[in-house]
Amino acid sequence: MKRIYVYKKFNRFWHWSQSALIFFLALTGFEIHDSIHLFGFEKAVELHRNASFILLALIAMAIFWHITTGEWKQYIPTLSKLKAQIHYYTVGMFKNEPHPTLKSIRNKLNPLQAVVYLGFKLVMAPMIILSGLLYLYYKILDANNIVIVSDIPLDVIAAIHTLGAYLIMAFAVVHVYMTTTGHSLTANIKAMLTGWEEVDDDHPDLYREDENSNSKTK
Amino acid sequence: MNKVITYSIITTILVLLLVNILHRPDPINLAQYKLKQEFVFKHTPSVDHSKFDILQKDFETPQEVTEACITCHNQRHEEIIKSSHWNWDRIAYIEGKGIAKLGKKNVINNFCIGASANEQACAKCHIGFGMSNNTFDFNNAKNVDCMVCHDKSDEYIKGAAMAGYPDRHVNLKKVAQSVGKPGNINCGSCHFYSGGGNNVKHGDLEEALLSCDRNTDVHLAQNGINMTCVDCHGDDKHKIKGKLYSVSSTNVDRLRCEKCHTSKPHFSETLNKHYSKIACQTCHIPTYAKENATKMAWKWSEAGQLKDGQPYHEEDTLGNHTYMSIKGKFIWDKNVVPDYIWFNGNATHYALGDTISKFPVQINRLLGSAEDIHSKIFPVKIHKGDQIYDPETKLLIQPKLFSKNKGDSAYWKDFDWGLAAEAGMKRVGLPYSGTYEFVETEMYWPINHMVVPKDQSLRCEDCHVSKGGRFANIEGLYIPGRDSNKRIGIIGKLLFWISITGVLIHSLARVISAIAKNEVDSEEIKYE
Repeated sequence: MKRIYVYKKFNRFWHWSQSALIFFLALTGFEIHDSIHLFGFEKAVELHRNASFILLALIAMAIFWHITTGEWKQYIPTLSKLKAQIHYYTVGMFKNEPHPTLKSIRNKLNPLQAVVYLGFKLVMAPMIILSGLLYLYYKILDANNIVIVSDIPLDVIAAIHTLGAYLIMAFAVVHVYMTTTGHSLTANIKAMLTGWEEVDDDHPDLYREDENSNSKTK
Repeated sequence: MNKVITYSIITTILVLLLVNILHRPDPINLAQYKLKQEFVFKHTPSVDHSKFDILQKDFETPQEVTEACITCHNQRHEEIIKSSHWNWDRIAYIEGKGIAKLGKKNVINNFCIGASANEQACAKCHIGFGMSNNTFDFNNAKNVDCMVCHDKSDEYIKGAAMAGYPDRHVNLKKVAQSVGKPGNINCGSCHFYSGGGNNVKHGDLEEALLSCDRNTDVHLAQNGINMTCVDCHGDDKHKIKGKLYSVSSTNVDRLRCEKCHTSKPHFSETLNKHYSKIACQTCHIPTYAKENATKMAWKWSEAGQLKDGQPYHEEDTLGNHTYMSIKGKFIWDKNVVPDYIWFNGNATHYALGDTISKFPVQINRLLGSAEDIHSKIFPVKIHKGDQIYDPETKLLIQPKLFSKNKGDSAYWKDFDWGLAAEAGMKRVGLPYSGTYEFVETEMYWPINHMVVPKDQSLRCEDCHVSKGGRFANIEGLYIPGRDSNKRIGIIGKLLFWISITGVLIHSLARVISAIAKNEVDSEEIKYE
C-alpha cells in the first residue's frame, strides 16, 4: 500500500464545515417547511438564516480558494474513463475488479465524481442559493424600485428553493453511501478527515504518478 | 500534558465565545417605554364644575342642563350636531350608490334588526333627548345630551324606552356639577351593552374592561398603563376617531395601532415585514369574548313561542339568554378564535330598500382581497342570524318591534310578524307584499380591542403550519410552512427515496457478491 496526500487542509475544512451547514440547513429548512418539528418555527427561521449567512461566507472563501489554487480544474469533466467508472460501480466492483482511476493531489476526483460535483456546483448550489437570497430578501430587494424582483411570486421562489433542497438531500444520500466503496468501508472517510489516501501499489495508473512528490510508500 | 492544557484553554475560550454570541438579554423597548411615560400622568380637570353658579339650581328638565352647558361652551353643540353620534348617519361616497348617507338611520343589522320604527326604545343610546320617532329635530341643540358622555358621578342613566331621556330618578344637579372628561363607563354604557346586553354585539367590548388586568386588555388594565377609551379615540372638537364597520363604510378617520406604535414596532425585521399583509390585531388579539360570552347567532325565526299565552325566556348556566319569546333563539360563545379575512378599511352595507340577490345575505361586507395592496388580514367576529324578509319584493323587512301598548302592531307585544312587518315597512316608506319568510344573514365585526400581553400573542406556528392553522382559509398569499408546491414535494420525495432504495440495493448486491466470493475462496482452500 502507498499513501498519498490528496486533500489539503482548507479542502478538508471547507468540506466538513459545508457538510455540517448543509445538514443543519436541511434540518431547519424542513422545519420551516413543516415536515419536522425540532426548534420551533421562529427559532428555526433564525437559525436557518444565520447558518445560510455562514454558508455564503464559506462558499465565498471556497470560490477564492478554487480560483487561486487552480483547484477548479479538477471539475472539468472528462469523458475518458467515465464509462469505465460507471462500469466499475455497476458491475466491476462486484467482480473485484480494480478501481479504474487513481487519486492524486492533481486528480482527486474520478470522472464520475467530477461530473456530479460540477452539477452540484453549477445547478444545485446556485439554484438553492439564488432562490434562498430571493426568499430572504423578498419584497426588500427592490425597495428602490429599480430592480423589480418582487414580480417573482413567493410560491415560485419557495418551490425552486424546496426542489434544490430535495436534490441536495438525494445527492447527500448517494454521496455518503459512495464513501463506503473504498478499500474498506471507512477508508474514504478517513482520507477526507486526514487528507491521506491509501492506494494499491500495483495499480497500473500509479506508475504515471511518479512525479508526484507528495506520495510516499508506507 | 501541555497539549491537554492548551486544548482545554481553547475549548473554554470557544465555549465562552459561543455563550457570548448566542446569549441575548431582552433589550429594553425604548420606544414603548417612552410611550408608556406619556400616559403615566392622568388627566386632572382644570376647573371644578361644582363651583359654577349656573349649576347650583335644581334642574327640571335635562334640556336645562344642556342650556347651562352652552352658556360657557358656546360652540361645542355645533360640533355635536355635525357628529355621527348625533346624526346616526354619515355622508360618504359609496361604491354603486354615489354620495349617500349611511348610518343607524337606514342600515339594518342581524341583532335587533334596526332602530327605525323602534326609536322610543333604541334612542336610549342616542346622545339626545326625545327621539321618539322619525320627526326628531336634528338641529335643536337643546336636545343634545352632554351628560351621557361627560357625567363623572356615575349617577346618570338613560331611562328604558324613554326616547333618550334620563331616568326619572337621576339627580341632574349632581350630574351637572360632576362633568368632566369621559371615562370608560360613559362610552361603555352604550358600546358595551348594545344589542340588548353585555358583550352581545362586539365580542371585544364589554363591561369586564371597566376593571381588568393586563391579560384581558393591556391598554385598559388597572395593573398596567390604565388608559381610557378617549386616550385613543378622543380627538379635538368632538370628532371621535375610529370606525365601527357595522355602520361605517369608508377608510377615513380610522384609528390605527400605528398612531402610537408606528409601522415598525418589533425589534425583529422579520416580524415588521408582516405589517404589509397582517393587521396588528391578528396576532395581538388571539381570541375575543375572553371574560364574558358574546352572541354568535340569533335566530329570529324561532321567536314567538309562548307558555300559557305569556312570553318567557330561558338561560344557560352562565346566565346568558338562550331563548326569548320576543327575540328568538341565541347561541353564545366564549374565548372565540376569530375568523380571518382580507380587509382594506372599506365596507358596503345593506341599507333599507336594497334588493337581495345572494344568500346568505351579507348585512355588511368588508371589502378587500389578496391582490389589493391596501388589504390586510384582519380578525373578525361573524355573527349569523336569520331574520324577516319579503320574498316578493326581495327586501329585508324592518319590523316594528317596540311599543308600550298591545294592539299597536309591535311584535314584542302582539307576536304577529305580519302586522309588525306591515307597520315597520310603512314607517320607513317601503313596500310590503304581505308575505314574509326568514333568511340567513351574516354580519362582520372587526376585532380591535382586548389586546393581550406580547407573550400571549400568536406564535409563528399558529399560521405557519400545513394543517389546522389560523389562516387555513386565507387565499392569495404564500405562507411558508402552510403552503408548499405539491408537485415539487412529490418529485423531491420520490428522488430522495429512489436514492435511498438505490443505495440499499447496491449495498445488498455488494454484500451478496462478497459472500459468494468468500464461499468460492473457501472452496478453493478446501480443494488444496
